[in-house]
Amino acid sequence: MRPHRATSRPGAPPGGARSALVHAAPPPATLLIRRAHVLDPRTGLDGPADVLVRRGLVAQIGAPGAVEAGDGAEVVEGKGRHLLPAFVDPHVHLRTPGQEHKEDLETGTRAAAAGGYCAVLAMPNTAPVVDSAPVLGALLDAAAREARVPVGFLPAITVGQRGVELTEMAELRDAGAAGFTDDGLPVVSAGVLRRALRYQRLCGGVLALHEEDPSLSGDGVMHEGALSARLGVAGIPSVSESTMIARDCALAGYEEARIHLQHLSARESVEAVAAAKAHGVQVTCEATPHHLTLTDEAVASLDTRLKMNPPLRAESDRRALIEGLRDGTIDAIATDHAPHARDEKEVAFEQAPMGTTGLETAFAALYTELVVPGVLPLGLIVEKLSAGAQPFALPVPRIVTGEPANLTLVDLDARWTVGEHGYESRSDNCAFAGRRLRGRVLLTVAAGAIAYRERSFAVSAA
Amino acid sequence: MRHLLSIGDLDRDDIERICARAEQFSEVSDREIKKVPALRGRTVLNLFYEASTRTRSSFELAAKRLSADVVNFAASGSSVEKGESLKDTVLTLAAHSPDAIVVRTPHAGSAALIAGWTTAAIVNAGDGKREHPTQALLDVFTLRQKLGALDGRSVWIVGDVAHSRVARSNILAFRAMGAHVTVCGPPTLIPRGIEAMGCDVRYDLDDLREADVVYALRMQRERMDQHLVPSLREYAARYQINGRRLGPRQVLMHPGPVNRGVELSGEVVDSPQAVITAQVKAGVVVRMAVLYELLSGTRAVEPAPLEPQLA
Repeated sequence: MRPHRATSRPGAPPGGARSALVHAAPPPATLLIRRAHVLDPRTGLDGPADVLVRRGLVAQIGAPGAVEAGDGAEVVEGKGRHLLPAFVDPHVHLRTPGQEHKEDLETGTRAAAAGGYCAVLAMPNTAPVVDSAPVLGALLDAAAREARVPVGFLPAITVGQRGVELTEMAELRDAGAAGFTDDGLPVVSAGVLRRALRYQRLCGGVLALHEEDPSLSGDGVMHEGALSARLGVAGIPSVSESTMIARDCALAGYEEARIHLQHLSARESVEAVAAAKAHGVQVTCEATPHHLTLTDEAVASLDTRLKMNPPLRAESDRRALIEGLRDGTIDAIATDHAPHARDEKEVAFEQAPMGTTGLETAFAALYTELVVPGVLPLGLIVEKLSAGAQPFALPVPRIVTGEPANLTLVDLDARWTVGEHGYESRSDNCAFAGRRLRGRVLLTVAAGAIAYRERSFAVSAA
Repeated sequence: MRHLLSIGDLDRDDIERICARAEQFSEVSDREIKKVPALRGRTVLNLFYEASTRTRSSFELAAKRLSADVVNFAASGSSVEKGESLKDTVLTLAAHSPDAIVVRTPHAGSAALIAGWTTAAIVNAGDGKREHPTQALLDVFTLRQKLGALDGRSVWIVGDVAHSRVARSNILAFRAMGAHVTVCGPPTLIPRGIEAMGCDVRYDLDDLREADVVYALRMQRERMDQHLVPSLREYAARYQINGRRLGPRQVLMHPGPVNRGVELSGEVVDSPQAVITAQVKAGVVVRMAVLYELLSGTRAVEPAPLEPQLA
């Protein structure tokens, strides 16, 4: 099938639009991080260096021990630690407005900072749904007061996420929409999605798609396979995701529109994306740390923290996701951080809501399960942890002189048990709870300001 | 054994021990006074979130024949209808210090969840579509009475396997006892991946003759509403166990209640091959054995008599 030739191409947002990312900007940092191993796969930095941040900008990168701190600079000893470009998560649920008992802008972005993130994009499946400019405007205003790290919002594609009428996408873009999504739900009607894809020519903004065919997933609660058969719970087949991906890639190709596919979970999905990319479809996609490191075997206990949508799948699916990251089919890692209150998860597996938190464990889980055993190189993981910025036209963090400081200092040797010190998130439904992980975020600088210090580190650095 | 949550937690020795104990209790059930003091002073709580007359009364009878005190807690007409969570209900009931809680819920894993909230021994009397371990134990007991050892025997489980907790527990139990298990039913009612439990899968009854035991499952009418099979008529035509299909030396089992004319024809229900009422009878003695297994020996504290006993 040859794509239909269009006279215009999807463009940037109209001029004068509100910035997509806002936060309560703390005073810009002035600090010298000394002798850390600086690793930035995009600039090729990979070795010990001093990095001086002055008034929020990277002022100097020099040989270890050679950079002068200057007046008023805090000195952070980075020896034995790694300094990375901070991470960007294009897929988090901050539960605001309406579900602040699970998370709010402050706790969610604090969790992000604790995980090494300098920017996050929040999903619109809130109460009410973020589907109008006034709701979006109020959120951006609240974020300007409460958010610890820059946060952007993806309003809904359809009113109320009901999959019928398009939202006022152009007005939403002017009001600061970073893109659009009905996340949590698929856009079931191909006709509705096609209209949204055409409308992108007017308003820009990538459409982020939760891919699932409800007629196939039905009342499924976990991956369909031997384990769901054994446990007597309804399964969600892999083809529920991959068939919708194939359909939507075909639509995006036909309309020459840009789509971003959320949380890939199945081997067939990776194959469908690879085929679409080979045909020139403008598609990007993401995978989560839990789908990259866990399988449905972990669900045998029916621990509700391991219930999420899409579900943890088979080892062959996990392997395919890893290969997809390696060969570039999968563009970015996103957490799908989905907090739920404890009482909501303290029920039988079939009744529990879908979702796991993920911001505070993403790096350590990936480092422990993929880098330490030699499955993927550290540089690739670091790159993919911030690559989610690109599809949404957000600045990609780089350690370059003159650019805003977006930095994460990590201790790769630190071992910790997930949950032992609680969480910055308001919720504790973490799929990795109780696991022993390696790699600890010690310090996060987001948009030039210190957003997080690990407790023990704050003491030693004083 | 602390709880009975899944047949998967039992090995062959456990199952044989429970069957042997049930055998001893059979003798009690045939007495005029059908009661032994084995669990005197113990409290057994029946917590049922699904309508169940048979299983609940079978457990009640079993506990009473062991002289335990029994409290029945049905979810309807209680605080559950006022929105109390499973956890709060269990914590409330646990405050009465029951020694065992027999629980049935419509959700997989609930019995295991409850086991984490109380010190009582938990007996899973059906958790959603996952398991119904005492049904499997009474079925093994019934078959051993009828056939002796199950090693090398062929058992066909026929019907709606996807929605059957009985099927899952029985696949595990029959296999643990050395039988060969085949599940058979409409492809839309056989879950993908079930063969990983170690059973064969068939979609027609052409080779039913190879079975020593035919275990028919209840075909629920709500499956019709979900359009999982085209019609009960077509289901019965393909999968009903009737006089034409059931051989004279095959044993016919069913967990009840039977839909006559759907999964079984009337003639086979009334045939000598059917052991359906023997299963019901075995239910009481096997549940006595399970309660005895869980409660005897643990914290065997005889309460001091409040009043001087009459000599």
